[in-house]
This record gives sequence, structure tokens and C-alpha cells, in this order.
Amino acid sequence: MFDPRPIKLTVNGKTIEATVEPRVHLADFLRKQLALTGTHLGCEHGVCGACTVLVNGATARACLMLAVQADGCAVETIESVASADGTLHPIQAALSRHHGLQCGYCTPGVVMTLLELQRESAGSALPEDKIRTALSGNLCRCTGYQGMVDAALEILG
Amino acid sequence: MKAPPFHYHAPDDLASAVALLATLENARVLAGGQSLMPMMNLRLAGPDHLIDLGRIADLRRIEETPQGLRIGAMTTQRALEKSDLVRRLCPLLAEAVALVGHQQTRNRGTLGGSLCHLDPGAELPVVAAALDAVLHVAGPAGARRIAFRDFPLDYLTPSLAPGEVLTHVDIARAPANSGAAFLEFNRRPADFAIVSAAATLTLGVDGRITQAAIALGGVSHAPVRLAQAEAGLIGARASVSAWESAAHLAAQSPCDGDELYPADYRQELSGVLVRRALAIACQRAGGAAHV
Amino acid sequence: MNERHGGGDWIGRSAARVEDQVLLRGGARFLDDIVMPDLAEATFVRSPLAHGVIRSINCDAARALPGVHAVYVFADLRRVLTQDAIPLALPAGGLRFDVDPTCLAIDEVCYVGEPVAIVVATTRRIAEDAAALVELDIEALPVVVDPVEGLQPGAPEARLTCPDNLVARTKVDYGDVEGAFEGAAHVVRETFRLNKGGGHPMEPRGVVARHDELTDQLTLWNSTQMPHRAKAMLVATLGLSERQVRVVTPEVGGGFGTKAVFHPEELATPAAALLLKRPIKWVEDRFESFTASIGEREQIWTVEAAFEADGRLRGIRGTLVYDHGAATPYGIALPFNAATNLIGPYILPAYRMLIDLCLTNKTPAAPTRGAGRPQGTFVMERLLDRMALRLALPRDEIRRRNMIAPGQMPYTIPVKQRDGSMMVYDSGDYPQSQALALKAAGWADFPQRQKAAREQGRFIGLGLANYVEATGRGPFESVSVSIGPSGQVVVSSGATAQGQGVKTMLAQVVAQVLDVAPQSIHVVVGDTSATPAGLGAYASRQAVTAGNAAFAAATLLANKAKIAAAELLEASVEDLVIREGVVEVKGVPGHGASLTQIARALAGTPGFALPGNLPPGLSAASDFMTSGLSYTNGCHLAEVEVDPDTGGVKILRYVVVHDCGRMINPMMVEGQILGGVIHGVGMTLFEWMRYDREGQPLTATLADYLLPTSDVAPRLEIHHLESPTPLNPLGVKGAAESGTIGAPATIVSAIEDALRPLDIRVTQLPVTPPQLRKLIRDAQSSELRP
Ligand code: FES
Ligand code: FES
Repeated sequence: MFDPRPIKLTVNGKTIEATVEPRVHLADFLRKQLALTGTHLGCEHGVCGACTVLVNGATARACLMLAVQADGCAVETIESVASADGTLHPIQAALSRHHGLQCGYCTPGVVMTLLELQRESAGSALPEDKIRTALSGNLCRCTGYQGMVDAALEILG
Repeated sequence: MKAPPFHYHAPDDLASAVALLATLENARVLAGGQSLMPMMNLRLAGPDHLIDLGRIADLRRIEETPQGLRIGAMTTQRALEKSDLVRRLCPLLAEAVALVGHQQTRNRGTLGGSLCHLDPGAELPVVAAALDAVLHVAGPAGARRIAFRDFPLDYLTPSLAPGEVLTHVDIARAPANSGAAFLEFNRRPADFAIVSAAATLTLGVDGRITQAAIALGGVSHAPVRLAQAEAGLIGARASVSAWESAAHLAAQSPCDGDELYPADYRQELSGVLVRRALAIACQRAGGAAHV
Repeated sequence: MNERHGGGDWIGRSAARVEDQVLLRGGARFLDDIVMPDLAEATFVRSPLAHGVIRSINCDAARALPGVHAVYVFADLRRVLTQDAIPLALPAGGLRFDVDPTCLAIDEVCYVGEPVAIVVATTRRIAEDAAALVELDIEALPVVVDPVEGLQPGAPEARLTCPDNLVARTKVDYGDVEGAFEGAAHVVRETFRLNKGGGHPMEPRGVVARHDELTDQLTLWNSTQMPHRAKAMLVATLGLSERQVRVVTPEVGGGFGTKAVFHPEELATPAAALLLKRPIKWVEDRFESFTASIGEREQIWTVEAAFEADGRLRGIRGTLVYDHGAATPYGIALPFNAATNLIGPYILPAYRMLIDLCLTNKTPAAPTRGAGRPQGTFVMERLLDRMALRLALPRDEIRRRNMIAPGQMPYTIPVKQRDGSMMVYDSGDYPQSQALALKAAGWADFPQRQKAAREQGRFIGLGLANYVEATGRGPFESVSVSIGPSGQVVVSSGATAQGQGVKTMLAQVVAQVLDVAPQSIHVVVGDTSATPAGLGAYASRQAVTAGNAAFAAATLLANKAKIAAAELLEASVEDLVIREGVVEVKGVPGHGASLTQIARALAGTPGFALPGNLPPGLSAASDFMTSGLSYTNGCHLAEVEVDPDTGGVKILRYVVVHDCGRMINPMMVEGQILGGVIHGVGMTLFEWMRYDREGQPLTATLADYLLPTSDVAPRLEIHHLESPTPLNPLGVKGAAESGTIGAPATIVSAIEDALRPLDIRVTQLPVTPPQLRKLIRDAQSSELRP
């Protein structure tokens, strides 16, 4: 390990202390060191959004953030979204109802984006174009987006 | 692809950052990481030392000053987008920043990062050029101010001496009776612009234009101000023909191109965007809706 | 969506997918999520040049880097290989020579990204550090980038080992073509250049290879559409027996053709694992997917159509040059699909297309969603629009006059397919499909809306296109259904899943027969050890092949259960029905034996006879063998707005009428159409894999190669017709690619319509704003400003 660094952060509400190599990005840290493999990598150059997680409540590309930078942060990943008993979050349930996922590779990132949107909108209805703009940071090759937009409209619209 | 190895430094104050940057070989500043990290992950950049400015609280602020706005270099684009102060004092910046990348990248991308990275298709340097932003840098030899027009040296290269760090940016408040517009053309809304245009106009009591600024992005390594077109507008009445003449000059301004978006196409876009941006700016300045 | 359980009426319902829960929670296991003790990670050293001869490869510094297990070049891997090349070639007439790839380049590199060495280390990071230390000395050779130039006399050779670049010459030819043109009232001609694009699943490719010494079995976890084919390749090249090789697909994050063909890394990684005696993972990064994964679509057509004064087609002829890239993994399949799909739902009395396939120094070409067909449809629909213009006929009318009538079904076209059979359209009502689409999109009122918009300075246009798609390609797929003493229904198939909902589809079909909830059924796909024979996902085929096999297997199982139950219940088989997983006597609810009880009885008790003297086990298997292709059809309409000042195009509205026969799950069919159309939108307006004159890829990141995003994807309005096919018991046809096939032709028709006053002719895909702007500028300078 080159220049190992200790970090302390919370991930999905749990305090984590770990040693990381500075070059390891947050997505690899979550996936490899914490075995939270729901955060996916689709490009590692910040375009696809498959790696989207929440850092201190705001979405971030986990491939463009170093694990060392997350020291002291609160990170939330897809694994924290459904309740402990497995009940899906309303956003997740709506995605299934509207066929907003097919292969599911982009889905964790999509859920995290919609979660941020839901928290920010604080109950006020969002129009379709706002939803489409927010989701434009998450590439999906399977669905043509319509199912996920409809799911978002049901929950946030 | 994974980034090559490097040493990581996260100083909590500016002086340490400057000292590190001045003494370490092959060191680079990490701001929001939205441009540098992809380059490192693609192994197109390989600094030996990364100096993360993220822990320097002082660099994240948006303040009203007697002249306008003072914005810390590490202020995120998202913070600018959400700021009432920015919307009120500098609507051009507010309009442009919402067009930078995606929400997920604006959450971490910073004003300073974008200005120092100087991507030709980036929005914020064009705003800085249009508004004659003043950049404050700190370095081993102390602090200095740089007018934005003197900031870009070359493609992706700011005029920062070794060890210098951009600390904050001053932007003058939009004058009364002024209007601004930022337009860009791209294939998908969140992409870098193929060409972008920023325009500001101020109307006098007689309806004549008293101030005009026009900046283009995507036409050269750095944003371009259209001084001749601006001069032509001063004293003119707001009118379609005034916008047309400015657009004509914009379309003739020297321009770089590539195989996909050749220079003549970008010049056409420059003309179109300038014409449209001036009309919107005029309307926002309180000018007649029909022009 | 009706999720009510019961009634055995699962087919035709938009049932909730069995795949969703785990995917939504982030709990699914994709290839890169697989971990195991001692797992090493690999990366590849790839050719930085499009063409060259390898002079030397120095791996010393790379091997010396701490954490590196091995660096292998071809000569190293050759020790565990039985032959140099991967025997991918499909039997294809017209192919002058096969160009099969090797797992690593031997001495010549033929495209940027071709693997040259594999580096294995404790982590991917270290492997990449080491790869950067490998010194490659390659002598550059002249390159072939453009397939038309590559066929000119004196062109450089794309491969030194091949006699020339013309890898195949073939044709589609029937009818009296000369006669058609001689007596024609009108002829239109055009040349089209359709550029290269790709599948680009969001999850790139990847493999994990592990050889187990104890069982002497090599397992390859592979993010593939065709595990059985991958197994066959490993058996052939590694000299192992079928027993010694297992290929398993984990959750797969999209395929779209990219993961159908067997790529060099799928052999190099297991070969390295055998040599190193250690499990190895390789996951493609996005840069690699742009350079090392197959793509296609580059075709140059020069065509002319002869037609009567009333608009009826007499004949079409022309030439098609196809860019095959640096190898021929799919023979002539793609240009052949393109040329035959041109015919579409129309009566074409005479047709000759001469097809030349050119080797180039680009990544090899193989099917990508649509597999050549969007191009053929594009060309035909462009010609029809030209013909309409020539005759001043409405664009719908010219199509109506040429359409095959429903009464003509089955309709035979005298073209021999890959399997030797004639092209036969099995069912469909093409005129009705178009009529419905026109109505839904407001075709009749559009001229008024267009006029009003133009008065406001807005340029809107409406485009249409019809198409067919050959689906359900054979030869077979197998399914077994079994219920053990636990009562768990298990369905296994050689089909594979990349997100289409194959598991749900199979579960619904079986649920239909056994009247149990699809969610309760466990479906195993993509594992060569669960189903010995299988083919997998290609050519929109799995609902047809695996769906019908599942139906047959479940029916066999149900019959067996009834025979056993007849004995247990002392009833006659004719009086038994299956209701909610219980075999019961008709009209006597409660008097029955559950499938679980029957499974227990059929599991056998030592020393006792099995009920009904049946063979043991409540299970059944069936293979569905296709008797022909089933043709899905559709009509698309798109409304676009063009900004004539910038050349920008915005899709305002998109209507699809789709007929894939009987639908098993309409929600999932719509999902396929949605994804397919948006892929076609990409192909039309955004996606273009570009190379420079040296064969260097210019669009090797997702920032440069533009995939459609949610803010440019139009909302689709989908209508269905259901013309069941007579070719299979379920009456189903495929749906996975058809959306892509119709989109380019439709959108371009709309663009031309929007700019009608300028008489713009779009002849290139994708349509980029600078090109469109140039067409507009040229037209404006020759006419009055609109
Ligand atoms: S993997 Fe992070 S944006 Fe694609
Ligand atoms: S569901 Fe496959 S990429 Fe979105």
C-alpha cells in the first residue's frame, strides 16, 4: 500500500475506521474494503453515474472522490435505502412497478439520485423536465428512462 | 482504470497548502476532483503529490462586498446554484452554473477548480470573462490579484506560478437596469458547450445601451471577449439590427475547430448565440420585449 | 398491473418481475462483485497502434514490480492452448477466408486495443502500474480505416496474413432486376454512409476464471450472453473435456450484442489462471470497452429504386460495403441481415444487392442491438420518402401502395437464409399497423400544425417508418422444470439473462401451467452445469425458443403430476385440474394432492413402488426447435423540431405501434421497445465511434461517445397489435431489437419533413448538428431564405 492513511467515517450510519491507500476511490473502498458491492462502476471517469452515493446528504460520483477525502463524512449507499426487514423504499417500489429497471446495473445510482431529489424537494411537486434533468447524470442503456421517470413522477411529481 | 499512486496531503490552512505546493515535486491541487480525477483514473495525469484544499474552510464562502460578490475558490457549483446572493447580485453566474455538468458533479465541483482547469467548453470561465472577474491567488511570494483576462495562458493552463493557489474570486454586482444571459449549444444539455455565449447589457434612461459585455466559450483555448462588438453596441438603441451586427462580428471572430465541429460551424453558432443572448439580456434589462 | 395470484392466467399479464427486489436493494451479484480466496486481478497490455508488427515485448520491469504474479505474452499462454486461434468462424458462404482472433496478439497487431499481454497482480491497481512498465516495440504499418478505400486497388493490407482486404463477397439476388429498371417510369438513387456504434451495456464485460485442482474443473464466471458457446470455445482451445469446463453467468448488466461474441480475454484469462494455478478476475474498464469490445453499423450503401408511375416498386439494386474490422467473428451475418431487412413489409419484385466485406484496422464488428437491420430499414425507408417526393404522393400513401396485405400471409420472399430456408413472413397486418400509428400520432392534422409552427418560425416535422424483424432464431433452446420434496419449483434453461426479464418470462410461462405465483419459482439461467445444451441471448429469440420450451416442459410435468395424483387420489386423470399448485378433482375443491406431495411421492421411498409406475422425480424437460423465423413488425412515427440556425434536433413526440404476436408480459415487451428505440435515437443523433486516419479511436470515453440521456430521450407512446405466429404454440415473437430498427429511419424522415421547404436529404448516420447545418446552409444559399 502506497502512503497508507487512517480514515474514520460513517457508512450507512455505522462508524468505520479503516486504512486506505490514497489513490483508492470511494467506490472501490466501499466495494472492496467494505464489501458494499451495490455501488457499481460503469466508467470510472465520472460520466455514467452508476457509482452515485450520498456524501453528507448530497449525491457524489464515488469514482471521482478518494476514500481519504471521505474521512469524517457520512456516506450513504444503496444498501441503506430499503428498511432492515427488506421492505423497499417507496422510490424503489415505484421503480419496480413502473419497470424503471431492467439489468439493474444503473439502478443503485438512480435510486441515490432520486433520494437526493426527494429530500431536496421536501414535498413540493417536481415537473417531468426537472426529473429528467436530475436523472441525466445517470446513464441507463436498458430502459430508455421512461419507467424511471414515471416512477419518479409518481413519488415526486 | 485506476489512478497511479501518489502522496496525499490535506492541509487545514492556506499557508500550509502553499508551502506544500511550493516545495513538493510534481504536486497538484485537488479541488472538487471532477476534472482531475477522471484524468488520473484514465492515467492521463499522474501527480506524485495531491494537495487537497477540501479541509480549508476559509476557501468556501459566498459573501456580499461593497462591489459585489466574493466567492471562495472551493465553493461548490451546487452552493452557487442554490445561493440567493448569487441570484440577486450576479444572475449571469446563477444562470450559467446550473448548466455545469450534472447535479451529482456540481455537488463536488468547485468554482476555482473550473476556472483553473480552463476547459474550453466550460461555462464558468466564460462568465468570469464576461464579468471581468478578479482572481486572488496566494503563493510563496504572497498574495496577488489577476484580472481574468490575463489568467488563461494556454490550453488548460492558467497563469499560476509554481506554488500559487487560487483563493477567491471577486465579481462586480450587476448594475441597475442591466440584464444578462448565458446560452450554450451542445448535443446533450449537460455536456460541455460546443460554443457558449454570455452577454450583459445595461440600458440608459433614454433606452440606449450604456454598457455591453459579450464573451464566447468553445471558440479558442480560453474565453474570448468581443470588444469590437461591445463597442459597437454602446450608445446604440436596443434593436434587432444592433444584435445582428454584434452577431455578425461574433461570427467573424477567429475560431478554432476540429473535424467534428469545424471552425466555420462554431463561428455560425457564435453568431446565433450572441444574437439570442443579447435579445434575452435586453429583455431582462427591462428593454422592449420585441427586440 | 394485476398481481393477483391465481387462475393460471399468467401469460399476458404485466406481472412484477422476479428480478427486481435484489437489484433494487443493491444485493445482486454482478461479475465484479465475485470474491474468493487468493483471487488475483488482471489487466491487459493493448496495442497502441492500429496496425504493426511486434518487434519485442519487454516484461522484465513489470514482472519485478512487487505484487505482480505474472505477465504473460502469447507464447506463454500457448503452453496451455491446443491451437493458436479461437475457432469462432460461423459457416458462411461467401467468406473468402476466416479471420479468427487469438487470445493475445502473436506477432501482428491489427487494431488499437488488441490485447498483447496479460498482467496478473494482487490488485487491479498494481496490475495497471505494471502494465505501464511493459515495453512494447511495435513497428507501425500502414492502416485501413475506411472500408471503401480499403477495397481500392493499391490499398494497404489490413492484415499481412490475408490475401487482401476483401474478406467476403456475397449478394442477395432475385427477380428480373435488369427488366425492372429498363421499363421503369422512375428511378431514384442515393448513397448512404452509416457509421460505427456499439452496444455499451452499463456493466462492461468481465470474467473470473478458477481451476479447481481437486475436481479438475475450470469454472469461468463470465458476463456473457452465450455461456454455452463460451464453454465450447474453452473446450476447443484448452484441450479440456466438457466435464472439465463450467461457464456461469452472474447477474449481467446489459448485453445488447456486445457480450454475445466470445472475446479474446475470455480465453486469455482462464489460460493465465491455469498457468498461474490461481483464480483470476478481469473486468473491462470503459476505455477498454470502446477499443476492445465489438461494435458494428459501419456500412456504405449505393442504391437505386425503380418504380411505376403509381409508386409501386419494380426493383432495387445496389452495392453495400461493410466494415468488418480486424476479424470476422460473425461471418457475413450483419450485412446479410441489413440487405434482407431492407425489404421490410413491402412487395419488392426484384432485388439485387452486391455486398463486399472489408477488413479494416478497427475493432472487429459483430452484432449490436438490431444487428445490421436498422441500416437496411433506414435505406428502404429513405428510398420510399424519395419516391413519394418524386411523385408528389404523401409518404404514407407510397408505403400503403407497396405493402404486403394480411391476406398474403404467409408471404415468401425468394431469399435463402443462413440455415438454407427461404424467407417467409409468418403473420402480421402491416397496413393496419401503419394506419393505427398514423392515427395515434395525428398524421392527418399535422400539416396544419406544421404550417402554424412555421408561421411562428418553428420547423417541426413528422416522420414515419415501417419495418419487420426476423426473431426467434434457432436452432433450439432447452428448459427443464422440476419440483423436489421441498416443493420448490425450479426452472433451468440454456437461455441467459442480461436484464430483459428472462427469468420472469420463464416463470410466468411455467406459472401459467402450474398455477403458482411466478415469484415463488426459482429460475436458473446461464449456467452450463444446470442445462447441458443451450445457446443464449441473440436475435431476439428467448421468448420464442426458451418460452415455448418452458411451456412444453411445464405441460409434461403437469401431465406427470396428474398421472401420479390420479393414483394417489384414486381418480381418473381426465377429471384432474391444477389449481394454485394443487392437483385436484374438477369440481371438488379440497380434494387434491399438492405438487409438493406428489414430488415427495415421486422422490421414492426405499423398497416401495413409485405411484403409477412412473419414472422417478417430478420433473420434465423439453427442447423447442424452431421451424422458421417469426417476423415482428412495427410502425414508428416521430415528431421533431429542427433549429435551422444551429442544426440541433429535438424529438418532441414518438409513437410506436408494435406487433410481436402474443405477449407474455406486456410491461416487459414495452421495456424492450423503450430501450430499443432510445438505442436507435442514439444511433441517429448521438452515437458515433470515430477514428482518425491512423486508426486511433477518438471517442473512447463516455464523455466523447454520446449515449442518450434522460433529458434527450423522448417519451414514447406505445400501442400493440397481436398477430400470433403459427410457428410456435405460444404464438410469440421476439421484441428485443425491433425498437432500434425503426428509429433511425423514422427520425430522419421527420428531420427532412421539418426542413421540407429546403429539400434537405440526410444521407449519413448519425445526423450531427454541424452536418445538418451544412445541408441547411447549402440549401439556403441556393434558394430563398425560408
Ligand atoms: S463509475 Fe463513476 S460515474 Fe461512472
Ligand atoms: S437497467 Fe440496465 S442500465 Fe439501467
